Amino acid sequence: MIPEIGHFALILALCLALIQGVVPLIGAHKRYSSWVEVAFPAALGQTLFITISFICLTYAFIVNDFSVGYAARQSNTELPMIYKISAVWGGHEGSLLMWTWFLAIWSAAVVLFSKSIPQIMRGRVVAVMGLVSVGFLLFTLITSNPFDRIFPAPLEGRSLNPLLQDPGLIIHPPMLYMGYVGFSVAFAFSIAAMLGGKLDSAWARWSRPWTNIAWVFLTLGIALGSWWAYYELGWGGWWFWDPVENASFLPWLVGTALIHSLAATEKRGVFKAWTVLLAVFTFSLSLLGTFLVRSGVLTSVHAFANDPERGIFILMFLVVVVGASLTLYTWRAPQIRSAVKLNIWSREGGLLINNILLVITAASVLLGTLYPLALDALGLGKISVGPPYFNALFVPLTIPIAMLVGVAALARWKQDSLERMGKKLVIPFVVSIIVGSLLPYLLLDDVKWGAVVAGILSVWIMMTSLLGIYDRVAGKQNKWQALRNTPRGFYGMSLAHMGIAMFVMGITITSLYSTEKDVRLVKGDTYQIGDYSFIFHGVDSVTGPNYRASEGRFTAQYKGEEIASLYSQKRTYNAGGMPMTEAGIDAGFWRDLYVSLGEPLDNRGAWSVRLYHKPFIRWIWLGALIMAIGGLLAATDRRYRQSVKAPSPSTQAVTAGAA
Amino acid sequence: MTPRQKRMTFVGLLIAGVGLFIALIMMALNENINHFYSPTEVLEGKAPDDHSFRIGGLVVTGSVNRSTDSLKILFDLTDGAKNFTVQYEGILPDLFREGQGIVATGKLSGDKSVFVADEVLAKHDENYMPPEVADALEKSGKMEEAMKSGHPASVPVGAPEVWRDK
Repeated sequence: MIPEIGHFALILALCLALIQGVVPLIGAHKRYSSWVEVAFPAALGQTLFITISFICLTYAFIVNDFSVGYAARQSNTELPMIYKISAVWGGHEGSLLMWTWFLAIWSAAVVLFSKSIPQIMRGRVVAVMGLVSVGFLLFTLITSNPFDRIFPAPLEGRSLNPLLQDPGLIIHPPMLYMGYVGFSVAFAFSIAAMLGGKLDSAWARWSRPWTNIAWVFLTLGIALGSWWAYYELGWGGWWFWDPVENASFLPWLVGTALIHSLAATEKRGVFKAWTVLLAVFTFSLSLLGTFLVRSGVLTSVHAFANDPERGIFILMFLVVVVGASLTLYTWRAPQIRSAVKLNIWSREGGLLINNILLVITAASVLLGTLYPLALDALGLGKISVGPPYFNALFVPLTIPIAMLVGVAALARWKQDSLERMGKKLVIPFVVSIIVGSLLPYLLLDDVKWGAVVAGILSVWIMMTSLLGIYDRVAGKQNKWQALRNTPRGFYGMSLAHMGIAMFVMGITITSLYSTEKDVRLVKGDTYQIGDYSFIFHGVDSVTGPNYRASEGRFTAQYKGEEIASLYSQKRTYNAGGMPMTEAGIDAGFWRDLYVSLGEPLDNRGAWSVRLYHKPFIRWIWLGALIMAIGGLLAATDRRYRQSVKAPSPSTQAVTAGAA
Repeated sequence: MTPRQKRMTFVGLLIAGVGLFIALIMMALNENINHFYSPTEVLEGKAPDDHSFRIGGLVVTGSVNRSTDSLKILFDLTDGAKNFTVQYEGILPDLFREGQGIVATGKLSGDKSVFVADEVLAKHDENYMPPEVADALEKSGKMEEAMKSGHPASVPVGAPEVWRDK
């Protein structure tokens, strides 16, 4: 009964989504304000029904209702409760339902928190999100209904893929999906602005906090995924340029460009048309990511069994969304003109360069990801593009970004001079050259060129970002008051940029200084990596809640002194024959020690073992975390929460149009 | 310069920049592409002998041969028609098993008798068959046989639809 309620609630949600998508748009066009208002209760109702639906599905998992086919495939009576719940979004149907649920939550959030925005605009935004929701609800109901019953119901489910039975995987998908779906808000704002024909700086201002929050979720989602891949796949890598990873990285790159271009559009009224286009692209790339992941067209380390029919549906949906948006764009773009002249020596000039670099990076990642698909579709052979391609492009494109990130933030809007900037930057430049080159000497045993470059770049980003805050205080009477008066958005930006400094340091040093050894060890053996030695104490059998495992025990010594015990397991889950490795990691701010048990090599206790020393690897995720905190600070800046007391001429025009 | 000349210079620079960028990207791409070949195609001499490529197929049952004193391992890959020997040194993925479909990246040895792999991919999902492998099996007409022999690809009903975002 409960699953039927869930199914029914989903159908009701679809009806409401249709009303939410269609009625307000007609209302906005015909100036029926009561029709526009329909959007808000419809969006809240839709959210309520999808929430009910999601709860019903979760209930089926909690009570082990294996007559629901999806639960039978994903869950199992032996699964610990927390994984029964996370198994709800562990498969295609459930993760799709979650996608749609989040979309509804985002539109409800726009209804509830964007009350200061003119009603007609808000109605259009919520309506566009309703239309996107219609697409996804149809997709769920037609191709991937999670409530489908199977007969006869099996007594036991097939259980969740062991790789997904992990704390990191409980929160990684929801974070990533919140990010993907969150960009639908920026998309809806840009479409609504185009529909209204008013592409001024107001829409940019309204969509900025939403875009920031979506970006924060996506950043955390990607970082969590990278962290999970690191400890769970047992290869010790943190990024593989895998198509599925790229699928999440593409909207991040373009979304980052969008955040910056929105700033320029809001503050200076420049790049108006470009910003709209970026908003469309960011969400399209989120959809493309969903398509790539769900369609099974990719060969990827992350690829799983899949249903091509679903891929075609998403592809068609993608074509409709992109096609409709671009048609609207070509119709409206000629009316959008940036009235202001752009001076390259200004903050907006810096933001333009930022956008160019990020979009070029995204384009080359996209090319490397889609090229194999294109060749295959044309029958020109099956190929794969290796990580060296991505590294070869990514490194040279990241260096200018790192060089300019703090500098552009220091420049003034409208007009700055090379002379003024030059004067300001002499001290940071000298300091970063000296400190940056010294860092590798102090922190590392041998000095490599790459580490020196990364050190200089990181100190440079730190110095220029701090200089921005110093500028706010310098010459002020009351320094404390000046710090307090500095808007939160500015702190957010500076912090996010400093996150990049940490990230650059992390990736460079990890890539250059990691030691990775696959070795054969017998109980009692010691293996030396630099100053660290790993001692193998043999393998024992252990039993977990729903698995049995061989556990390899190791101790690690630093210069002869014991510093850590490491346990790596080879697990076999009771529900399935698929073995799985659990790495043993001693994590630290400066380095990780990583042990991963391979296979038994003979009957006398010899095992293949992976031993890693990974300096600075935590900096990668800490950097991402700092970026996310920065984004969150910026999104909660007070000025976004102020209601529009004295509407600017542009908003008046829109409301006048509504009346 | 007149505004017109200025504009033309700008356009010229833009085209040059874009052209340079595309040239660099295509160069990077061409250097790092790995083509996929089935064991039959490798035996027919279609695979390059100086460039790395991918080979895929099912691991032949009983062909896995481990060295006793190192991590070297030899195994045969089949597309149903022909077999080819693959050599790998290191730790194999958890899902590497006899009868399982895998894809390996590497180069041919000097005498072209062995494929020296530097990466072996088996998938996260035991019911997944790499599309290339499925394709190679189709070509050799051995897909049905592989399905019948209880290869995981023969478990369509209720196969765990594993969530794929990693």
